[in-house]
Amino acid sequence: MSDAPTAASVPGPISAEERDELRRHGILLTSVQELYNWGRSHSVWPLNFGLACCAIEMIAASMAKFDIARFGSEVFRPSPRQADLIIVSGTVTKKMAPHVVRLWNQMPEPKYCIAMGACAISGGPFKQGYNVLKGIDRYIPVDIYIPGCPPRPEALLHGLVELQEKIRQQPLRGPDAPRHLRSDLPCDATVPELGATDIEPPFSPDVWKPPTLVRPDKA
Amino acid sequence: METPEALRDRLLARFPGASIELVPNGSPSAQVSFRIGPAALREVACFLRDDAELALDQCSNVTGLDVPDREVVETVKESQPGAPGGPPVVTERKQTRLQPGHLEVVYHLYSVARRQGPVILRARTGNRTDAVTLPSLTPVWRSCEFQEREVFDLFGVVFEGHPDLRRILMWDAFVGHPMRKDYVEPDDYEWEPTPHGDVLAKARRHYPSAAAPGAVQPSP
Repeated sequence: MSDAPTAASVPGPISAEERDELRRHGILLTSVQELYNWGRSHSVWPLNFGLACCAIEMIAASMAKFDIARFGSEVFRPSPRQADLIIVSGTVTKKMAPHVVRLWNQMPEPKYCIAMGACAISGGPFKQGYNVLKGIDRYIPVDIYIPGCPPRPEALLHGLVELQEKIRQQPLRGPDAPRHLRSDLPCDATVPELGATDIEPPFSPDVWKPPTLVRPDKA
Repeated sequence: METPEALRDRLLARFPGASIELVPNGSPSAQVSFRIGPAALREVACFLRDDAELALDQCSNVTGLDVPDREVVETVKESQPGAPGGPPVVTERKQTRLQPGHLEVVYHLYSVARRQGPVILRARTGNRTDAVTLPSLTPVWRSCEFQEREVFDLFGVVFEGHPDLRRILMWDAFVGHPMRKDYVEPDDYEWEPTPHGDVLAKARRHYPSAAAPGAVQPSP
């Protein structure tokens, strides 16, 4: 483990160079954390869920030409109970937002979220309209943002590789441990209600804070 | 297909009491339409569908229009007898008149059997507030169902005889009809780097010092 005792009699953890040297000689040294995260990062099952034109690119990424199966994510699950990753692929209208958040709440931990495309990130071209959510990160903690309108399948694959890298870097203990190994973090996102003109609350304060205005002349 | 004038005359001969007028179109397409009084709309639609020569069996599009109340300034010329033997004195007077608004529904009809069309029907409501009922054409063409729901949702036209008149795009608890000209959307403007047009007006309202682009930046 990474936090092994380092008494004077015990040699310190070996360096990455030394480990690579051993690996060349056929000796594999690893840790539970590394092995666990390696396994998790290569079987990220996305939710079979699309919202708009970004979903077409997501579908293209799953087909033979771009082949998301190369990264272990080909098993698109139709049920949120079996999914590890929600790819919010497209415009989230205010009418759809409660359902997206409910899908997120139905997914078991460990779970990750990719906001794909300008609309899912910020509302995109519809940001100042009356019927589109200004970014899914108001309700769901987003791990990876993929800009584009829509992003190409390569961009989605790059986002997935970045997510795998993030999973591999997660320590299993301590304050940076993932949610599923901790009991002090809330797992449920706030599901908004459909109000008379807008969804309420307009954002979940647990995961998102409105940007504050900074005046350069009064900084 | 017969000319629009011939079709109008045929409709008037078939429905003598109905209000049927030809709406000219000055654009290059010159796609004229028929404005039908709401009382006869359903009968005219049935006739257009069942007529052997027209056979308009498909309603491909239903859309709405909102024409708000507006003040019209008119110049009225008044002539009064001038001096005896001389020309009459003509005085011009400007008067404003309130032209009441209305909602309008437009149907685009085609014939798949005869490969012709479109024939465009229009129908007006009495006003924009309390007399907003029009007969539904869903019993005539089933394809109108969702599109009339959309017109109901976004414009607030109530279709009488519609089998399932509910909102279709906005949620059920939503208040207002967003495509009306006087719809005031919720003021939830958020800073964005390059506002323009209406969004720029909103940006100035929220960030008065943002008159110069780039003057304010929100912190991440």
